[in-house]
Amino acid sequence: MPKARVLIRPKEGILDPQGKAVERALPALGFEGIEHVHVGRMVELEAEDPERLAELCEKLLANPLIEDYEIQNL
Amino acid sequence: MIWGVLQFPGSCDERDALHACSLLGEARLVWHEERDLSGVDAVVVPGGFSYGDYLRAGAIARFSPAMEAVAELAAAGAPVLGICNGFQVLCEAGLLPGALLLNESMRFLCRQLDLIADPALEDLTPPEGGQVLHLSIPAKHGEGRYYAPEEVLDHLEANGQVAYRYAPGQNPNGSARDIAGVRNEAGNVVGLMPHPEHAVDPLTGSTDGLRIFEAVAAAGARA
Repeated sequence: MPKARVLIRPKEGILDPQGKAVERALPALGFEGIEHVHVGRMVELEAEDPERLAELCEKLLANPLIEDYEIQNL
Repeated sequence: MIWGVLQFPGSCDERDALHACSLLGEARLVWHEERDLSGVDAVVVPGGFSYGDYLRAGAIARFSPAMEAVAELAAAGAPVLGICNGFQVLCEAGLLPGALLLNESMRFLCRQLDLIADPALEDLTPPEGGQVLHLSIPAKHGEGRYYAPEEVLDHLEANGQVAYRYAPGQNPNGSARDIAGVRNEAGNVVGLMPHPEHAVDPLTGSTDGLRIFEAVAAAGARA
């Protein structure tokens, strides 16, 4: 079956405390010059009908009010 | 009035909710696979971690057979109260506007706090000339930061849909405009993050939670 990967990330402008916490930890570890860190989720799946993945994202995998998603057909 | 209290795998506050409802009427548990809620007049979607909170809090519970029945009851004007995880489920199901995000602090919180109810909620209106009514209710959650786009927040405020706010200085999670609970346009579906079912007995310090159950029942009667 065709494989796909779905990337889900917090929408631009919504406070992302996980990303902020990671970003704040970096200088202490010696990683300078890294900013705008955002933490999201990745879902890997196999789909008989990849055409329906967008609907699946809208209804379950992402909450379109707070998250953006990106479907990568592999 | 017969209350139905939903129970998902991972719910953990359904027993206290059942007890709170039984103080006001008859109450029974509704297993998440039940599709037929005939005979139930009002519904509580309780707190906990339905389906392990996998994916997002409330995301999977909304697809349960019992939630389909709840959506029908809500559309028919029955009172529906979502508490904590139940609030998250109602938002995911589209029965309430907005979403609940990770607390700003990223920490799970557990504390007693004061809520201010919308004075338009029957039973919660302070007597004429009285002080603003504060309800002492415990909150315990990791994902309780209420979010909705600015224009939606404006609409909710203008439309009287902000049911509960955290008292000034007590917003524990970074919720937009101190919002602790909202209701739908008709007024019969109410959700809030704090736990009124844990504040119904003097033994635990406050009985203010009962007033929230009463207000929701009254709002349903009007819708």
